[in-house]
Amino acid sequence: MIIAYIDLVVFLVVLTFLSIVLGRYIALVFNGRVSYLSFIERPLYKLIGNTGEMKWGQYAKGIMLFNIIGIVFVFIFQLIQGALPLNPQHLGATTLDLALNTAISFVSNTNWQSYTPETTLSYLTQMLALAVQNFLSAATGVAVLIALIRGFVAVEKGTIGNVWEDLVKSTLYILLPLSLILGFALVKLGVPQNFNNYQDVQLINPQVVSVTVDGKTTTNRFTTQTIPMGPVASQEAIKMIGTNGGGFFNANSAHPYENPNAISNWLEMLAILLIPGSLCFAFGRMVGDKRQGYTLYAVMTIVFIILAIGVMLAEFNGNPAFYHLSIDGVMNLLQSGGNMEGKEVRFGVFGSGLFAAVTTAASCGAVNAMHDSLMPLGGLVPLFLMQLSEVIYGGVGSGLYGMLIFFAVLSVFIAGLMIGRTPEYLGKKIESFEMKMVALVILVVPLLVLLGTAISVVIAPGLVGMSNPSAHGLSEVLYAFTSAANNNGSAFAGLNANTPYYNLMLGFTIFVGRYGVIIPVLAIAGSLASKKRLNVTSGTMPTHGLLFIGILIGVIIIVGALTYVPALALGPIVEHLILFK
Amino acid sequence: MKHKNLFDKKMLIPALIDSFLKLNPKAQAKNPVMFVVYIGSILTTFLVVYSLCGYDAGGTTGFILSITLWLWFTLLFANFAESIAEGRSKAQAESLKSVKKDVPAKLLKHAKFGTRPDVVSSSTLKKGDIVLIEAGDIIPCDGEVLNGCASVDESAITGESAPVIRESGGDFCSVTGGTRVLSDWVIVQISVNPGESFLDRMISMVEGAKRQKTPNEIALSILLTALTIVFLLVVVTLLPMSIYSVNANHSGSPITITILVALLVCLIPTTIGGLLSAIGVAGMGRMMEANVIATSGRAIEASGDVDVLLLDKTGTITYGNRQARNFYPLANVDKKVLAESCFYSSLADETPEGKSIILLSHEYGFNENTIDKEKMTFVPFTAQTRMSGVDIDDIIIRKGASDAIKRYIIENKGIFPDEAQKIVDMVASRGSTPLAVAKGNEVLGIIELKDIVKEGIKEKFAQLRQMGIKTIMVTGNNRLTAAAITAEAGVDDFLAEATPEAKLEIIRKYQASGNLVAMTGDGTNDAPALAQADVAVAMNSGTQAAKEAANMVDLDSSPTKLIQIVEIGKQMLMTRGSLTTFSIANDIAKYFAIIPATFASTYPVLNKLNIMHLASPASAILSAVIFNALIIIALIPLALKGVSFKPMSASSLLRRNFLIYGLGGVIVPFIGIKIIDTILQLI
Repeated sequence: MIIAYIDLVVFLVVLTFLSIVLGRYIALVFNGRVSYLSFIERPLYKLIGNTGEMKWGQYAKGIMLFNIIGIVFVFIFQLIQGALPLNPQHLGATTLDLALNTAISFVSNTNWQSYTPETTLSYLTQMLALAVQNFLSAATGVAVLIALIRGFVAVEKGTIGNVWEDLVKSTLYILLPLSLILGFALVKLGVPQNFNNYQDVQLINPQVVSVTVDGKTTTNRFTTQTIPMGPVASQEAIKMIGTNGGGFFNANSAHPYENPNAISNWLEMLAILLIPGSLCFAFGRMVGDKRQGYTLYAVMTIVFIILAIGVMLAEFNGNPAFYHLSIDGVMNLLQSGGNMEGKEVRFGVFGSGLFAAVTTAASCGAVNAMHDSLMPLGGLVPLFLMQLSEVIYGGVGSGLYGMLIFFAVLSVFIAGLMIGRTPEYLGKKIESFEMKMVALVILVVPLLVLLGTAISVVIAPGLVGMSNPSAHGLSEVLYAFTSAANNNGSAFAGLNANTPYYNLMLGFTIFVGRYGVIIPVLAIAGSLASKKRLNVTSGTMPTHGLLFIGILIGVIIIVGALTYVPALALGPIVEHLILFK
Repeated sequence: MKHKNLFDKKMLIPALIDSFLKLNPKAQAKNPVMFVVYIGSILTTFLVVYSLCGYDAGGTTGFILSITLWLWFTLLFANFAESIAEGRSKAQAESLKSVKKDVPAKLLKHAKFGTRPDVVSSSTLKKGDIVLIEAGDIIPCDGEVLNGCASVDESAITGESAPVIRESGGDFCSVTGGTRVLSDWVIVQISVNPGESFLDRMISMVEGAKRQKTPNEIALSILLTALTIVFLLVVVTLLPMSIYSVNANHSGSPITITILVALLVCLIPTTIGGLLSAIGVAGMGRMMEANVIATSGRAIEASGDVDVLLLDKTGTITYGNRQARNFYPLANVDKKVLAESCFYSSLADETPEGKSIILLSHEYGFNENTIDKEKMTFVPFTAQTRMSGVDIDDIIIRKGASDAIKRYIIENKGIFPDEAQKIVDMVASRGSTPLAVAKGNEVLGIIELKDIVKEGIKEKFAQLRQMGIKTIMVTGNNRLTAAAITAEAGVDDFLAEATPEAKLEIIRKYQASGNLVAMTGDGTNDAPALAQADVAVAMNSGTQAAKEAANMVDLDSSPTKLIQIVEIGKQMLMTRGSLTTFSIANDIAKYFAIIPATFASTYPVLNKLNIMHLASPASAILSAVIFNALIIIALIPLALKGVSFKPMSASSLLRRNFLIYGLGGVIVPFIGIKIIDTILQLI
């Protein structure tokens, strides 16, 4: 276990260092101080035409328009991919419900995948439809966050910036350069980048598989294996950098071509948290008080450490069912040990456990181990991290705006009243309009998760997809809706979600979970921008420092827990208690 | 309106009756949190009937009945809290109404004493009417004194028994309807139309306290409603999940409606929901107890946000009257000669300053009993000359502000010596007021009038500073004097040689840089500044213009009241915030009590979460519901009195309140539920 702690500490030190550097750069970008790509920027703005300051409503319209066009494009692309080039396997159109689900999922930065990519989508679809949205959905998150930050900074101003400019800047100056760096690094580490046909190779040991259907047993002998190829590295890079998580292959980052070794695993984890972490520091700089950024980063990191250790411990301790079978499950130099079900030997319990925490802390959703096979408490951690509304680092942009609106504003409101003043955050009064929007945001996600789960576990189309009709089945459905509503995209894969019911239910959940939060956030940004900025005195509640960190963590855990405790009790908690009886 | 007992016995019974009356759906629908409890109670009541008819309502009749009863108690307790708070306000309104009665008024055609009055009813008086009020009469309506001077008993409004003087001109010209003239007479011009008088405003304020929600209250209600909906969702979705679990595990039975309702009521923020309106009403009541009338609840809340206080020097920071401390003759003048001139020039000066000069000159052997006033012509102080004095034959003695005397000397072809100026500066720099004394066109010397800074005021300002409130002293004195007093009293800043324009200017300046400014004023020339300030307190003794521009009126006309107002405003918000935190924190323990109990039949292993070791599932759920109801009753005194307020910085205040109400809110219910469960076992 000591190795895990050392690994975690080194990981966080490197992450923090890089985040501070990148945060400084991001603040410069959005303060208009970086312009080395203006030769691409300027023609783009000329093309768009509209580069004036926008009111929040216009900004929100821009975001919605941009994203809906994206959904339509990705949807159609999947249906016509058979007629398009770069399709060596001659894959045809997907089903309509799957196409819609995938379109919504990738445009909203969720990357929930009901399908098996290597047998469903062509190279061109992966590149032009999905990878492009990997960039643009992340840029959308950054744009919304930057608009919110402008709301805090502006003084009695009606506008919160220009949506097109923000989208262009975040794509050009942040996402592209970082993806390039990571992409090259991954190629160097062995991730393929080609347009070759899938390769058939001879198996060294032919496999004999017997299947019994209706009493008739058929035996097949397999001598070859088909290995998929493709432009993996380029997509893998933005999949991590943009906290998208949609794998090029079905096995996602457990696949050796997506994530070949321990170093690539480490780099990918770093890439997931890099932008969400650095946005905290950028936020502090942009509002003119770096301590505000440190505070939020500290809150995220503290909660992350506790939960990451939780999942690693749970996996390290392994499954008690093996104890009775006299099987040695203890980690030593010769074997990985712990709960190795659903895990890659090259990552082991720590590399997989930490990855699980990272990918669900951020709303990435890439997986390098099967979350369905995590121990009950090990699985509870990713579930809980998502249920905290994806604010522990969270998605690119969305994590921080979620943190600011869900929890910072909420904490400031309650704590502000407790010291006898109208609550204010960064000098802006939090009044009934803001609370209305916060209330909307607080409501929408639990509504989607709880209602979706509750409906699915009692109606036939919901129960059909369930491969484990027990407490674990409830966990699977709960995980699916939690992941969708919070735009994570990872899954407890035991649930077969590629059915019209789940494709449509989850597609709807993803859509409302994304835009049902973005629009109120922009409304708050607009309202804050029009307010005066109050002076800070010793009577002002400090929103930095240990006390506020403590309060914020308390609010996050309590509000997060109170909503989902009953559901968790009937799922993972009961599983754990039964297993460890 | 002095402080009453928290639970006046006379109020208890009407409040109890009122709690039942409030069970009608219309009253309940106003509060979304309690409305959910209301619906839940009705639902379980039906289940009791259903169960009594012999059907299976899920659980024993006794259990459903106990839960139902305690749900109704929860509602009654919340109603009771509101009724008690309202009862206190009503009592205040009643006592005010008794003041407001129809009285005969002596209507005059001209504002001249001696013209024959028409006797009319006070209710017919309009704005602009002129009335005569003589000793023993009740003042029929609010107005301004045009003529005369009288002592007035305002105890009906202020509760202060000492009579006050009301006279024409100056800052004591305003009279309030319902008060009684004790001696002499005044002619008053009525300043308000019927129904708009000060008393009317007070009564509607007190009575309307429960209806008007303040901005923060609205924002909090939104949050509480959102939390209620979230928990409603949690509970509603629990039923399908429970059905699924029963099917998956092939054991137990799904969660019953009774338990779902019990869980819901325990989870939604009933503690703060039930006490919210009581807190608001009680806050308004506390303002009334402090003898402050606010025109809206919004104003009270805003006073908690104030971070700049504009305070008048005189009366707030220093005692009103300055005392003569010393005579400083010029080098070529004998001190006794100076004292003599001071003595003569102050003989007719009735101000406290003038009297103190006479007192000081006694030490030099002058006595007013031994002189002949016949030959003396006294020149009174006027705002134009800013001098007063005496002419004895052809000897002209004048005393006044140094610049006024200087101008006077120069006009009379004399010289205001540098030496005199030096003394003036020296006196001013130690915070005293210099008065120059001249005989003919020669300066004799300077009188030092010392401002006495109030005891304890320095500590008060230090507390305010800790709370993040900046104090600014407003004075007509020159900068030197102002700076000296600022240092002595520990004020943060000062505005010297203040004019109404300068006051307005400084308020705007602070507001522009993001501060909320509060000020007190009484004169008509304060009105623009009062209107500009975020929290403006007018003295009741002040002019009508000042009162109208302000959003609060201080009946005691006490200059230090502003500080108390800020504290009351803060206290009201703190009480709301603290009880909200407490209410939410309580849910943790309630989950630990209810979750294992609810699913005991499906998943017996969940009993491991029963860390309180509650006796049985039924008693665990019942204990949580009972605790939830009783905590409302237990917190009524806190809601009415408010969370105790001590001036300290925001961080320490936050730390303290989070420890008490946050951590306390987590721990208390664990203990409370366990105790109730233990008692239930004994019964």
